[in-house]
Amino acid sequence: MVANDGIDLIVEDGEIHALLGENGAGKTTLMNVLYGLYHADEGEILIDGRPVRFASPGDAIKAGIGMVHQHFMLIPVFTVAENVILGDEPTGPLGLLDQSRARSEVRELSRRFGLAVDPDAIVEDLPVGVQQRVEIIKALLREARLLILDEPTAVLTPQETEDLFEVMRSLRASGHSILFITHKLKEVLPIADRITVLRLGRVVGSTVPAESDEQQLASMMVGRSVLLRVAKAPAEPGEMVLEVDDLTVLDERGHTAVDHLSLEVRAGEILAIAGVQGNGQTELVEALTGLLAPAGGTIRVAGRSLEGARPRAVLRAGIAHVPEDRVRDGLVASFSVAENLVLNTYDLEPFARGPVMNPGAIEASAKQRAGEFDIRTPSVKAPVGTLSGGNQQKVIIARELTRPIKLLVASQPTRGLDVGSIEYVHRRIVEARDQGDAVLIVSSELDEVLALADRIVVMYRGRIVGERLGGADRDEIGLLMAGSAEERTAGAGDGGEAVG
Amino acid sequence: MTDPAVKAPAPEELAPQPGRTFAARLLDELTGGPVLVTVLAVITALIVGAVLIVFSDENVLATWGYFLAAPGDALSASWDAITAAYGALFSGALGSASAVSETIVAATPLILAGLGVALGFRAGLFNIGAEGQVIAGGLAAGFVGFWLHGLPVVVHLPLAVLVGLAAGAAWGFIPGILKARTGAHEVITTIMLNYVAAYLALYLLSTSVFRRPGRTDPISEPVEVSARLPHLAGQNLRLHAGILVALLGAVAVAWLLGRSTWGFELRVAGANPSAAQTAGISVARATVLAMVLSGGLAGLAGANQVLGVQYTLAPGFSGGIGFEAITVALLGRANPFGVVVAALLFGALRAGGLQMQAVTGTPIDIVLVIQSLIVIFVAAPELVRAIWRIKAARGGAGQPVSKGWGS
Repeated sequence: MVANDGIDLIVEDGEIHALLGENGAGKTTLMNVLYGLYHADEGEILIDGRPVRFASPGDAIKAGIGMVHQHFMLIPVFTVAENVILGDEPTGPLGLLDQSRARSEVRELSRRFGLAVDPDAIVEDLPVGVQQRVEIIKALLREARLLILDEPTAVLTPQETEDLFEVMRSLRASGHSILFITHKLKEVLPIADRITVLRLGRVVGSTVPAESDEQQLASMMVGRSVLLRVAKAPAEPGEMVLEVDDLTVLDERGHTAVDHLSLEVRAGEILAIAGVQGNGQTELVEALTGLLAPAGGTIRVAGRSLEGARPRAVLRAGIAHVPEDRVRDGLVASFSVAENLVLNTYDLEPFARGPVMNPGAIEASAKQRAGEFDIRTPSVKAPVGTLSGGNQQKVIIARELTRPIKLLVASQPTRGLDVGSIEYVHRRIVEARDQGDAVLIVSSELDEVLALADRIVVMYRGRIVGERLGGADRDEIGLLMAGSAEERTAGAGDGGEAVG
Repeated sequence: MTDPAVKAPAPEELAPQPGRTFAARLLDELTGGPVLVTVLAVITALIVGAVLIVFSDENVLATWGYFLAAPGDALSASWDAITAAYGALFSGALGSASAVSETIVAATPLILAGLGVALGFRAGLFNIGAEGQVIAGGLAAGFVGFWLHGLPVVVHLPLAVLVGLAAGAAWGFIPGILKARTGAHEVITTIMLNYVAAYLALYLLSTSVFRRPGRTDPISEPVEVSARLPHLAGQNLRLHAGILVALLGAVAVAWLLGRSTWGFELRVAGANPSAAQTAGISVARATVLAMVLSGGLAGLAGANQVLGVQYTLAPGFSGGIGFEAITVALLGRANPFGVVVAALLFGALRAGGLQMQAVTGTPIDIVLVIQSLIVIFVAAPELVRAIWRIKAARGGAGQPVSKGWGS
């Protein structure tokens, strides 16, 4: 497959160049070519006007290219200094490691670019944003003049994103060039000097922030005009569906992940839980879906307690679950689309009678649902692993929304999806609400929370630190997510008054 | 720094896959890779076997000593040795009614135990304990066979077979429940239970209950005629009704895996345990069920040997069937009908190998080497693809399966 097709890209000295494109547009492939991980079949790379050929990342590093991967390449149990020198260790006499030189170099770089990092800190103890700085220092130490940042903001809080942008500006001021890869429209306009948009492996356009806006960039990315806001009528909350009271959940290491948390969701409303990942959202959802037994508190669905209920019983009680990690928890990649569509209803009529499954009924239902939910697949017999991320998510949404449910629990429902699929998934979620389902969304994407929610609660360190109505102020939610404006509410139920 | 060697898979596949166990990856390779690679693995192994045949023949080897003087000698002598050996192997496997009978007799227990191991694979379990389950099944079936007297065939034979099945299932239940309840890895527990079964057999055969009166060596009384699997093609051929049980077993396993809700649960649990859990499927239940069924099928293989071939219990009566069954299941790509084909191939190699040794003097060990090579090539599909210069059919399939133990 051609992932990159005749791409021309020019990055000037001291420029922040944003490379914008949907998942699968070929951004990462292009970066890997620039970094010597893949080889181009045609075309050439020039640095300062001279053609270069990279056989490996080592060549790229020598040529002054540094890369910060989306998934950090750090060793968690090593110190910052040890990580930074890894692969290019300064040695003293007899080939002994020169740790003190490493430390002083880290300090020097931190000072120059405003990257506050302690060289002796253990990497796993550092917040994600600081770990990212370690990656940047690592590249700078190898005298990178062009830094490639691959989706650097995906794991950051809004505040950390601002800090990163500061660092990027100071790097630019010192003459470094930055290639900033992202699919987040909102981020490119304030920071980039030039924006190049990729679609289906081709450059569809290049522009400067002063001459463009979000709507225009979105259309370029998707190839058609898109709705940036989800069209939805005001919520009409009905009867109580989900009542969580004083819930405490421990994570696998026995630490308190959900800390005496209470919340309520009514039929016909969307409650979004905002928060940076790792603040107990995963454990909360696992407790709600019966995958993790709570250490305390109660969960009631439509008035019925789910204490001690196994996942199967929870599913059958009318809870739909769109898991956070769709490949790991939501699908069996090697199974067909049809089989994945009955992954939790395979034993029910009409798909089975007693222990005997009915492949005809399964296939017929799959065909019908693939049409209804716009699942693009060559056939319902194709392995679901061969589908794009967006279509995989549609398989899960189709499976969960076509069985009788009262509550939809969706974790990171659009993570890693392209703009078109995000639009589709959001529309389906709003439709589920309008049909009278209660909806609980867990998302670390602030845009998603703001677009979908009728009510928003912010989760921080296992607790709810604030509640707002949908359409609340972006910065305020961002601050709550960062834990800097902690406020105790008596419980989510009286959140309406808290907003007041 | 990133390993520069990693460049084949698409970027998304570079991300670690936390839920992917070794078993799940192996399963993908077994069921997803093209049949072509399996066939080429067999052919490659036979070619390597041919080289070994040349090396095992001193006279042929001598002609290579003056290869430069008369290359024709060496080449024709080698060709003759290879064709003679493989010719004898082929005729010993399929060349006559008795050859076919011997092939099927050798294949029958491999089908049954191979089905058991394959079923385990599909549920994500490495049942290395088929050998112990074969022994448990054989002991129990044999005991019913010689200890009960005067029963009609229609009662005695099915009873002995079912008790063999139950004993194998019980032997499989132990590692199943241990894994489900405590997380003990089935590879470790089944290997250990193989030893327990083997020494239990030795002990039992030394007790007065099992040991034939008047004998000091550990051998049981012969199984009553009413408990023996009937011959299918006259008394002169060893072909017996066990093959019917085995084929029935293959159909049953195919139905279970492909058409039943239980099989669906097993397959989901095997392919992606975390998705199974999320979908409300009990992985623990699937694990126990798979181990019980797997053990039951291996137990049938043991019953088949005692009631259909040997008619008596003696140490080593299992003959390593349980271990060969693992290779059969791999070669059969964990597919019930694939297992039948693979078992017949191994049966043919076994039956033909004896003939080859008798006629041409080529040691039968070469057959074992060929069998082992087949499995190595099947487990290293990239190697076969490289040898035959074929490309991976789809992304990801090219990953070697034997990367590590994953979980």
